[in-house]
Amino acid sequence: MFIDLKNVSFTYNLNMPFETEVLKSLNISINKGEFVGIIGHTGCGKTTLLQLLNGLLEPTVGNVFVDGIDIHKEKNKLREIRKKIGLSFQYPENQLFEETIFKEIAFGPKNLGLKGNNLIENVKKAMKMVDLDYSNYKERSPFNLSGGEMRRVAIASILAIDPEVIILDEPTASLDPQTRNKLLNLIKDLFRCYNKTIVLVSHNMEVIAELAQRIIVMEKGRIVLNDTPKNIFRNNVELLEEVGLAIPQITSIVHKLRKMGKPIRTDILNIEEAKNEILKIARNNR
Amino acid sequence: MIRFSNVTHIYHNNREDNTISLSDISIDINAGDFVAVIGANGSGKSTFAKHINGLLLPSNGSVVVDGYDTKDKNKIWELRKKVGMVFQNPDNQLVATTIEDDIAFGMENIGIEEYEMRKRVEWALNLVDMADLRNKEPHLLSGGQKQKVVIAGALAMHTSYLVLDEPTSMLDPKGRKEIFDTIKRLNKEEDITIIYITHFMSEAAEFDKIIVLDKGKIALTGTPKNIFLHHNKLQKLNLELPQVTLLARQLSENGLKISPNILNEKEMIKELCSLI
Repeated sequence: MFIDLKNVSFTYNLNMPFETEVLKSLNISINKGEFVGIIGHTGCGKTTLLQLLNGLLEPTVGNVFVDGIDIHKEKNKLREIRKKIGLSFQYPENQLFEETIFKEIAFGPKNLGLKGNNLIENVKKAMKMVDLDYSNYKERSPFNLSGGEMRRVAIASILAIDPEVIILDEPTASLDPQTRNKLLNLIKDLFRCYNKTIVLVSHNMEVIAELAQRIIVMEKGRIVLNDTPKNIFRNNVELLEEVGLAIPQITSIVHKLRKMGKPIRTDILNIEEAKNEILKIARNNR
Repeated sequence: MIRFSNVTHIYHNNREDNTISLSDISIDINAGDFVAVIGANGSGKSTFAKHINGLLLPSNGSVVVDGYDTKDKNKIWELRKKVGMVFQNPDNQLVATTIEDDIAFGMENIGIEEYEMRKRVEWALNLVDMADLRNKEPHLLSGGQKQKVVIAGALAMHTSYLVLDEPTSMLDPKGRKEIFDTIKRLNKEEDITIIYITHFMSEAAEFDKIIVLDKGKIALTGTPKNIFLHHNKLQKLNLELPQVTLLARQLSENGLKISPNILNEKEMIKELCSLI
């Protein structure tokens, strides 16, 4: 277990008139090398959860363990913990501020004490991970880029501290389809080729279904489902709709065909699987 | 009617390389139209949208809405009443502490009398199906509900055109559906012209007409059926086909007798039903 939330609750404005409990007795474990998707409607507590995962917020009740360390008991280790867990907020490009892309990406590792060649190597490596050519981009302004490039610079600036876990909150919002697909492939590579642990939050069910190994569904500060994408989207259509979510469009089509009595599998998540299944049935009918 | 005549827009960023974000665009959008605007990041979609109510003015050419030129300073408030804008993040557009105050905000600014104001708030609340929630505090609403309050605020101004710039990009699936159903109803039942910017191809497929922008120019216009025939061109423009259309194409290429030009779930189920 790499990140472990034990019986965690979180209340904003504790002991004040506007006290709101947003997370209720959560138990979540995220393993090293895992790709976890988190879904839930707006206001279900996702963002608060992300901030708990890397120690930005302290739980009102319960404990957060990272790599076996109770991060709020051993505060001197908090800095080290944050280095292990990179968090990319929604629209991370809004946080860009430096003059050049190099300085932007070097900001984090520099603060952690990296200098000289080590610093340059870290920046180079981070830029490679998000497919930005070092010599081409390093001196350019981060503000004079396309939406997709800005997003990648922002993510590179998190990768530059070489975290083991990368938490991404809605990383593809407002990107055009091809730019989105490209970024998703980069995220896949971070997981597959660079062995990063990924926690991805998104409202896009297709994206979550395609990438995550396990999905956590949240509703009103609680976990209502925690399972593989196939199981989640096969068995819980009504529940997901009740909590403001949906199933991927392709999955919805096979569910409806099944309801009409067609002999089609309902654990289908993408076009490729749907195509093969439909062609198979068509062949059998002949 | 909205008429863009040879509109060019240049962003001056105090340097030599001024960015041309719209380049000689001419197009008519008729009253009652239900139009989606798609295009890559940086293709000029938002710039296009902001020209419709004069938030941005053309560097060259003109934009005329129902006879009002957006450059006519004396008529700019008349124009803005006609054209309501809805942006990505509703939190940036909600200002008041109650839903009713929020909807009334625009009207207060132009001095509409109280009785009339109350009447219009009521009417607008009903149009977006939010009358039951009127007493809730705006910050306690879901994303979709917040966007509906923003839309109601525009409707209360008796707006004839609604321009929505990626209004669902921050919303969950339910919120997205709420907004889409709302604007569709406003178009079909109240005859409000809808201009809707989106990156979701499956959303764009549900409109009567699509405008595709590329590098500040109009690359394609037409019905979704026509637009999504241009698979290769769309890919070059950083776009793609809706998922169902892609599936239909692949099935058709593999010998299934299915129309390769299916645009939504309903059509897909109908066709597949007789095939498998």
